[in-house]
Amino acid sequence: MSAPSPEIRAASRTDAAEPAAALHAPTGRSWRMLLEPVVILVVGAAWMLYVETSDLDSIEERSLKPRYVWQKTWEHIELTLVSTLIVLLIAVPLGIVLSRAWARPATPFVLAVANIGQSAPAIGVVVLLAVLLGIGFWTTIVALVAYGVLPALRNTMVGLQQVDPDLTDAGRGIGMSPARVLGRVELPLAAPVILAGIRTTLVLMVGTASIASFISGGGLGDMITTGVTTQRTPVLLTGCVLIGLLALLIDWLGGVATRLLAPKGL
Amino acid sequence: MSEARSDPPPGGATAAGPPAADDSRGIELINVTKRYPGQRTPAVDDVTMTIPGGEIVVLLGPSGSGKTTMMRLINRLIEPTSGKIIVAGRDTLGLNPTELRRHIGYVIQNAGLFPHMTVATNVGLVPQMLKWDRDRIAARVDELLELVDMDPATFRGRYPRELSGGQQQRVGVARALAADPPAMLMDEPFGALDPITREHLQDSLLRLQEELGKTIVFVTHDIDEALKLGDRIAILDEGSRIAQYATPKEILLDPADAYVEQFVSGGQMMRLLQVSRVADVPLQSVPEAAPRDDAADVLARIRAGKTGFGIVLDERRRPVRWIHPEDLDGVTGPIGTRGMATATPIRARSTLQQALERLIQIEHDWVPVVGPRDVYQGTVTLGTLQNALREMKDRGRVRRRGTADA
Repeated sequence: MSAPSPEIRAASRTDAAEPAAALHAPTGRSWRMLLEPVVILVVGAAWMLYVETSDLDSIEERSLKPRYVWQKTWEHIELTLVSTLIVLLIAVPLGIVLSRAWARPATPFVLAVANIGQSAPAIGVVVLLAVLLGIGFWTTIVALVAYGVLPALRNTMVGLQQVDPDLTDAGRGIGMSPARVLGRVELPLAAPVILAGIRTTLVLMVGTASIASFISGGGLGDMITTGVTTQRTPVLLTGCVLIGLLALLIDWLGGVATRLLAPKGL
Repeated sequence: MSEARSDPPPGGATAAGPPAADDSRGIELINVTKRYPGQRTPAVDDVTMTIPGGEIVVLLGPSGSGKTTMMRLINRLIEPTSGKIIVAGRDTLGLNPTELRRHIGYVIQNAGLFPHMTVATNVGLVPQMLKWDRDRIAARVDELLELVDMDPATFRGRYPRELSGGQQQRVGVARALAADPPAMLMDEPFGALDPITREHLQDSLLRLQEELGKTIVFVTHDIDEALKLGDRIAILDEGSRIAQYATPKEILLDPADAYVEQFVSGGQMMRLLQVSRVADVPLQSVPEAAPRDDAADVLARIRAGKTGFGIVLDERRRPVRWIHPEDLDGVTGPIGTRGMATATPIRARSTLQQALERLIQIEHDWVPVVGPRDVYQGTVTLGTLQNALREMKDRGRVRRRGTADA
């Protein structure tokens, strides 16, 4: 049980030998999974302590009230989750379609458009969109989505492309319909890569959502802007630290989700 | 359902011997052509071929000979450009391809098991698509795992990664057999296995086939595998031209043209030893006796024979002892237990190669041959085998000269 891999290798030589079962055990080391949230908690607590103990003037006091900080954090989470959700609703189905043999000619065009979305500077896009669509939450979402589609799309396509063609052939050969091959073979086997794409998108969105502040979209970006314009470093830094911690937290949650959702046996 | 799970009574289908060849389960290709757009020569060019029901037909050829293409045309993983393919009496082109494939077993190299599904799920996929109920699928999965020599309790919950290559391929065969299809397609299924495992699985396949009598199309580029497994072999040249379609022996003794000859040349005699069975060669006859026979009687029989000694058989005609005239000196009445014990007999079903190996290894020059239930059939010596081979070769040469003259 303790060292399955050499036994499995040995077993492949003689048909009769039995490899030890090990795949059902949770993969990876569990203490590592806990390291990240512990770091997040420690840094968060240390920062709160620092803010509590330092002398604050009235402007800083107002900007660092727990209710206000929590409201900005929540707005930030909303921006992240809504934009990620929309990105996924666009990118995953699009990635699936583009990985079909009949859609292959369209792939370069779609990728070019997605590339433009990502390579255009997010700040420029958000301002431009504000001129066209007006300011606020939804305009920010549009800009974030344009920015975030490419990584999720890429991962979906790569995930599906790296599925062993022998396995899709086997699926077809034993009588699976194309839809069943997709649902039972391709998507489960691509799941780890697609999930990694979703994780990347979430983290990307947490960071980029700060630009919402420029067009009154809310979020922790407001604290940074306030900190800069009023020259109050504690406010500015609180915004930065919170965004950083949020990104780490979401990345960790994404990691946990990937572990839980990825199919066994891979 | 609980009743149905009990084992079939002895004397059922398995005891009845291999099912006879049956045309209604065979596969027929009629003027089949496959042309890929942008290629000047067709990959498969106007092939007509009949694969008799219940036989293993091997498609043998180098890579690029279109043997895999030809096989994939049968379950319509590749659509033919023109022609007709009939499987088990039904024109495949009139069927829904997905539906068709559920009724033709499919085994590929490396088994092609889905790594994210357990062994049981993999094997149960086709029955599941055919909407069998859960209990029936579970029962069938266990039955199939037993059939391919894997303990269901140990293996049904495992993932393919936890199996050796040979075990994976066994599961692959079980999956192909799940819905009891009349025909099976096997695309170099043992190509990636080490030689020992491969031999093992080939033997298992032959044993399985003896029991199941499926119509099997087997693709390989290994001539020895073809000779071992095939009831018939189709040797393919470029464009799937069938250079020769015949039994292994015919191909070895009478290659149709230079192309086939080049395939089988080198070790032709050794290969002939592998495909011929002891039952096929004329055996030496030795005077026979029973323990209760009178000594004088036996002596007379030995004198009348050419060998100078006799063989004693027990009451069920199993060989026990050699008996020489010296053994009977001054003996009257039944011969009893006189004589010298024979070597362990060779089975009539063994290949000539196996027989030869035995003859070389043991000290006896003469070895009895037994058929079913160890009944004595004759005696074999090195000379017997030598003569048989020489004769086969001469016959082949005569036939070839005959066809060349024609």
